[in-house]
Formats: sequence, structure tokens, C-alpha cells
Amino acid sequence: MRYRLLAVVLIGAATLGGCTDGVLDPKGPIALAERQILLNALGIMLAIVIPVILATLGVAFWFRASNERARYRPDFTYSGRLELLVWSIPAMTVLLVGGVAWVGAHDLDPGRPISSTVKPVNVQVVSLDWKWLFIYPEQGIASVNKLVVPVGTPISFELTSSSVMNSFFVPQLGSQIYTMSGMATRLHLQADHLGTYAGLSAMFSGEGFPDMRFAVDAVTDDGFAQWVRQAREAGSVLDKQAYADLVKPSKAVAPFTYRVVAPDLFSGIVNAGMCTQDSSLSICSTSQRAER
Amino acid sequence: MNLLGKLDWNAIPLHEPIIMGATAFMVLVVLAVLGFVTAKGAWLYLWREWLTSVDHKRIGAMYCILALVMMLRGFSDAIMIRAQQALAAGGAEGYLPPEHFNQIFSAHGTIMILFMAMPFVVGLMNFAVPLQLGVRDVAFPTLNSVSFWLTASGALLVNISLAVGEFSKATWWGYPPLSEMQYSPGVGVDYYLWSLQISGIGTLLAGINFVTTILKMRAPGMSYMRMPVFCWTALAANLLIVAAFPVLTATLAMLALDRYLGFHFFTLEGQGNQMLYSNLFWVWGHPEVYILILPAFGVFSEVMATFSGKPLFGYRSMVAATMAICILSFVVWLHHFFTMGASANVNGFFGVMSMVIALPTGAKVFNWLFTMYGGRVRFSVPVLWSLGFMVTFVIGGMTGVLMAVPPADFQLHNSVFLVAHFHNVAIGGVVFGVMAGYNYWFPKAFGFKLDERWGKASFWCWFVGFYVAFMPLYVLGLMGMTRRMQHYDNLSWQPWLIMAAFGTAIILVGVVCQVVQLVVSIRNREKLRDVTGDPWNGRTLEWAAPSPPPAWNFAFQPKVAGLDAFWNSKSRMQAAKDDPTPTRKYEPVEMPKNSATGFVTAFFAVVIGFALIWHIWWLASVGVFGAFMTLLAFSFRRHSEIEVSAEQIAQFERAHQAGVAA
Repeated sequence: MRYRLLAVVLIGAATLGGCTDGVLDPKGPIALAERQILLNALGIMLAIVIPVILATLGVAFWFRASNERARYRPDFTYSGRLELLVWSIPAMTVLLVGGVAWVGAHDLDPGRPISSTVKPVNVQVVSLDWKWLFIYPEQGIASVNKLVVPVGTPISFELTSSSVMNSFFVPQLGSQIYTMSGMATRLHLQADHLGTYAGLSAMFSGEGFPDMRFAVDAVTDDGFAQWVRQAREAGSVLDKQAYADLVKPSKAVAPFTYRVVAPDLFSGIVNAGMCTQDSSLSICSTSQRAER
Repeated sequence: MNLLGKLDWNAIPLHEPIIMGATAFMVLVVLAVLGFVTAKGAWLYLWREWLTSVDHKRIGAMYCILALVMMLRGFSDAIMIRAQQALAAGGAEGYLPPEHFNQIFSAHGTIMILFMAMPFVVGLMNFAVPLQLGVRDVAFPTLNSVSFWLTASGALLVNISLAVGEFSKATWWGYPPLSEMQYSPGVGVDYYLWSLQISGIGTLLAGINFVTTILKMRAPGMSYMRMPVFCWTALAANLLIVAAFPVLTATLAMLALDRYLGFHFFTLEGQGNQMLYSNLFWVWGHPEVYILILPAFGVFSEVMATFSGKPLFGYRSMVAATMAICILSFVVWLHHFFTMGASANVNGFFGVMSMVIALPTGAKVFNWLFTMYGGRVRFSVPVLWSLGFMVTFVIGGMTGVLMAVPPADFQLHNSVFLVAHFHNVAIGGVVFGVMAGYNYWFPKAFGFKLDERWGKASFWCWFVGFYVAFMPLYVLGLMGMTRRMQHYDNLSWQPWLIMAAFGTAIILVGVVCQVVQLVVSIRNREKLRDVTGDPWNGRTLEWAAPSPPPAWNFAFQPKVAGLDAFWNSKSRMQAAKDDPTPTRKYEPVEMPKNSATGFVTAFFAVVIGFALIWHIWWLASVGVFGAFMTLLAFSFRRHSEIEVSAEQIAQFERAHQAGVAA
């Protein structure tokens, strides 16, 4: 009976996928492949799990003490053939799903570039207390709490953190990856459909954590070029001083852009953990959080 | 220099009505208990028979009582989390500010794993293992008492944090850099650190004690392949404790050095490495999962065999599976952070290894199935918990294997899908297991059964409540909801979260039923009394002893000739019914003397912990000195054992036989 509930819930969720904007409603190749793997693995296992649950309930019911028709066999305690069977059923499942896992881990490695004829757009991501900074090094602009990407173009991310660990995650585009101070992680995603997708931090990072959300606007190439142009015309300059201001903890920050970004800002942030107080880079001092 | 370190009146959150209400309630309960003991004039009895007891059965019972009390505490946290998330949708902030909410989920995890599940499992092992092995006590009885009281000290510190200061807001993992001084300057993380350190040392000592007991102290004739499966699972769990807990101690010690003395193990500056902590934490954390679940598997094995009236199917296979899980549990830790950016080969390896654990586990499920096959299954309360486990656990196992596929985990990591998964195995596995064990061994411990009706009501509420509470979280995880959110703006999540809160309410009814079950059973104890010592037609040696067993457990040392020793001896007695039982001469027994060492050591441990948390250095020195002197005094005591006279044993046995005959 319980399996039915789960099946109903899962199938319901799968069919509702179109209106849930979650991982079952992918908008890019990575998320699409991941949903396929999810459903494949689930299918393989349900083929075992459902019969096992049914058999458990069936056997328990049939061999109830009050059932006169069930044969009592107190000596049925070992059978080599059955043991072979009970070890090989899970073994075969593990073999299948293990294959899926091994191949999937390589095909969908977050650090692996998406093969495409389109030249990728590079984005440098910094998780701050408690907002996201997106630097477009080629365009020389930066954006806070809003990521704009052209559709059909691979996006190559380099990610780091100004303070504690966070996890960069856009469920409808695919894989998440940790952002950690003092190092850069890599991620490649792509949006295939126009739209606005929710992005979030999937690693608890303190008081402002639930507000570490950002919108991902997947726009046309023209739309992207236009957005870049607009960003270049408005906003302030993101230099060391502006960054030092930005780093200060704040919650639920409305999106805004910077028209110019100091070159090498990202590598400066990544290396901040390595430097000492009197270093030439003023971004060394990470914020001390206020405490009640 | 301040004599009280960081401690002042601001430490007590007088302006927080919820916290002060909870504190007042806690204080009232403690006062009520103290008042009750005083009114009954039971202080001396309590001190002599329980607090200083080194009897493994009493210590086991105290572990379970501690676990049940902490379960109420941890469950209150759960209700508050679910209520907050059911309310805080859209622009709503709910009733818990982040400051408070973050403490609650950190405390919920810490308490449920380390101060509910751990003491319950260790308590059941304490109670049942020596009886099943046919021996009179564990290898080191006083050390056993020290272990228990250190665990209780840790639990006490966690509860003190409610009233004085705060608890950690850095999750139950305490990942740096969030848990470092820079980002968590309050005392919360220090409460977390020292309560885990103190109870962790207690657990490590318990592990050493049990490994020694099982390896060295079995009844004559009980070879390894004649040990009950619960003892095998206890052996595996305690080997894991001995291997894994030192890692936790070392990891937390490094974090403490960072926080107290400015070291740089995990800090952002000074070449600290935060990833090191994640690795070390889960090198302990994953075996910890199996420390909890393996003894639960043992309970199910005992219950299934007993209530099917059949030996366990595939005993050797079960033993092999248990030991395979024991070893494999050390090579899967990285699946807790596939999203850290390790290479595809590393992720792939740990993904596949995680799945390999499903192999012995799956074999176990089939063996339980075949244990019922051809049996006569009596649907008593422990069997309901076991069947509920089998159905629920395979679902939890499936979602676990799903998340062991790295690309699936890239999507589901840290989502509430994960939360649903580990509650699926922790509730469906560990909680159902300890509840089965609690109902199964209660008559052995106290001489009367627990009420069946209330027990069944409790099971059904837990079972149904679990599904209503956690299936929505699977859906929400697929919808992209991440864990630990104090509020959220996606309104389509709210109906599911309200459903989850409703499920928690059903579980609450189940918890109430459990409390009622205990009260009703105590009130009707004469009606529920079991004089035979064998209420379930048991198979293993604990059922050969009277209920409750005397301090010496067995008047005569049992001799074991095969698996299911008690069942076999019962069959033989059936065959030789007309033969008069040969009269045997009772002999005096040496029993370990009660000792206040555990209680006093734990008192000083609380002092040390509290002093370190609040930076009261002189008090910490006093605590260390006191603890050391206690151990010194124990080392120099002259008489460690007392003799129970043959006459006393004979008298007890005659009374027991007369009871059985009547």
C-alpha cells in the first residue's frame, strides 16, 4: 500500500513537472541529462523495490499465526540456491545503477566543458554574505543577484566565496557546485529556452541564507548584447573600495549592476585567503559578522 | 580578568518568550521529578540502586530513559521547524527569527543523532548483549557507568545551552569556516563542541568495553558462529565506534584549537583548509550512520525469528552481510559532498562504493523475508515495527542509492529530498528499530509487558505520520527546495509544507500514545506481569533468565551447544519432560561493587565543559583536577567486588520457580 503512495507521489510530481519549475522541468542540456539519469536509476530500482514490498506484506499476511492453511516449516532456515539469488538480485541492480553512476559522473562532471559550436560566455561567481556577485570578465561588467545569459550558449563558470561555503545552484539548468574561499571551482551550464529561472544557495551559510536567491534571465543573443550595453552605461565601478563595501553582510539585496569591473578582481578574491594583512590587496580582510 | 569569563546576565535570553517558555517548562519538569523523588523518600534508593549502579541492565535502562527524554526535546525542535516552514511563505517571516530557527535545526540534528539515537542503541546493547552472551556483566562494569554518565553530561550541556547562552547556529556538522570564531563568535559552537567531545569520549569507552565483552566474555560453548545476530551487529557497531569516534574527537579538537587558541586548521587565513573538516567529519559521520542502523538490523533479526517461531533464515549470510557493511562504511564518506568539485573518477568511485553497501543490505531484507516464510508470524508490537521498517527502509534505501549517482546528487544535494531520504532511513530504520527493541525487551527489563493496544496505536501513528510528513519533502526536493530555509518566496511549496507539518502532528499523536502506553502499562503491571521470564517464546539466552534478571543474571553459567541456545534447551526439556531436573548446587558469585566514579567524573566533566564554553579558566582547572582525583580514588580502592552468597541465589531461584509453577 505504501509503495503505491510513493509511486503516486513520484509520478504525480513527474507529471506536474511542467508547472513546478524544479529539477523535473529542465531548461538546459545538463539538467535534461540529469533528469534522464534520475529517472533511469529510479526505474531500475523500482523494478526491485515494488516486488519486495509486495512480497513482504504478502508473506507476512499469509504466514500469520492464525492462518491454518499456511504450512509451518520451522526447519526452512537455509538454502544455498536462495542465498545465491538474494545476493545476486541486489548485485545486479548495483551493477546496473553503478554503471549509470560511473558513466554519469564522467559525462556530467561539472568541470567538463559543454561541447558546442557556440563560443562560451565566461562568468565569475562570488558568493558574498548574503548575495551573489556575477562578474563578466569579457564584457567588463558585473551584476549582483541577477545572472543574465544568452540561450543556446554554454556558460563557463568559475566560482569562489568571499567568506563561508555556499553552493551555487540553478535547479532548472542542472548541477550545483560549492563555492569556497581561497579556491575556484568550475561549472558548465547552458540554457536552451528563454525564461527566468530561480537560482539559490544550497549550502547553509548563516543568518541571511534564505535570501541568497538570484534570478537567471535566459535571453536571446540580442537581448544579452542589449543588457550588456545597458549595464555599461549605468551603475558604478567595482574596484577594491566598492568591493570592500559590497562584502559587508547584507540581506535580500535588490539586483543591480556595475558598469566597470577592476581587472583581476576575481583572482584577487580567490587569493585573498593567502595574503597577509599588509598585502597590497585591500580585499584580504574578510568581513567579521556582527553577533547579538 | 573577569572571574566568570564571558558569562554574565545577558547570557540568559530573557527577551525571548519562546526560549524562556521552554526553559521554564524544562525547569518545572526537573523540579517535579526532584520533588517526586523527595516526596517518595527515594533519594537513597536512587543513589544506591541506579546512579552508582554498575549493573549493565540498569545502565542500559538509564541510557534508554535518557534517549526517550532527549527524543521529546529533539521532537519539540522538529515541530517548531515544521511549523515555521509551514508558515513562512511569500513575504511572511513566520514566528521564529533566523537567529532562533538556525539554533533549532542545529540542535535537532545534534540531539537526534547523538543524544537520542546513540544512547538508545547503546542502551539496548548494554541491556541485551551480556544476557544474550550468557555472562554476568560487561568486561569493565565501572567504565560502563562512566560511559553512560559522560553521555548524559553531554546531553545536559546541550540542554543548559537553551537557558544559558545559545546553541550552535552552524548546523549539526559544524562546517568551518561558518563554525570558526570569525563567523560564529558566540558560545553556541562551543556548546556543540564540548557536549560532543564529552559524550564522544563516553561512547568511545563504551565501544572498547563492548568489543572486549563480545570477544572475550561469551558463555562456554558460544563460538562466534553461535552468537545471536544482535551480538554480531553489536560487535560490528562497536568496532565502528572504536575506529570512527577518535576521528570525531580529533576533528573537533582541531576546531576547538582554531576557536580557542587561534590555530589555522580550517580557517580562511593562515593556509587553513575547510575541505579537510568536511572529509574528516564524514569519515566519522558515515560509519556513525551504520553504528546506529546495524544494531537496529540486529533487533529486527531477533524479532523476526522469535515472532515467526523459526530460526533466522541464512544466519551465516546475515553475519557476512553485517561485517561487509561494517567494512564498506569506511569507503563511502565522500558521497556527502560530491558537489565539492572532486574529479569524475573520485566521484564515480565513491558513488559506486556507496551502492555496493546496498548489496549486503538488500540480502538482509530478503533473509528477513524468508525468515517469515514458513513461519507462524504473531503480529505483536515489535513485529509491526519490524514490518513497518522493511517496507519503509527499502524506499529509503532506494532514494539513497539514487543520490549515490553523482549527477543525480548534483541536483538533489542539500535539498529537502535529501532530508526526506535520511529521515526515511533514520526513522524507518533506527527509530523503528529501537522501538521494536524497546517493546521486545521491556518485559525482560521490568517483568511486565507493555500494553499492546497503545503500542499498536503508537506504531500506526508513527508509520502513517512518517509518510505524510516526509513524502512531501521528496516532492519539494524535486521542486528545488533546499534545506534549512527560515523563509521562502515560492508559494507553490507551501501546501506541501503544510502537509508535512500535518504529518508531524500525526507523529506527535504517536509519541503521546507511547507515553500513554508506558503509563498504562505501569498502572496495569500486575495484569501484564510475566513470571516465566519468557513472554514471547524466545530463542536466545536472555529469555532463560528470570524477568527482571537478578544482578547476577544467571544462577548457573549457561552452556551453549548451538545457535538459538535457549530454544534448543527448551526443545530438549520438552523431550525429557518426565525426567526430574537434576538438582544442582548453587555457588556464590562475585559481582562488581557499585561505584560513584561514573557519576562524579561526569559531574566534573560538566564543570569542565561549562567552564570551557564560557572561558572560565579557573573553573576548568578545578574540573580537571576533580575528574583526575576521582579516577585516582577509583584506582586505589581496595575492594572492587562483593560476594553474593549461594543462599541468596538459591532463595531467589526458589522464589522464581515457585512463581513460574503458580
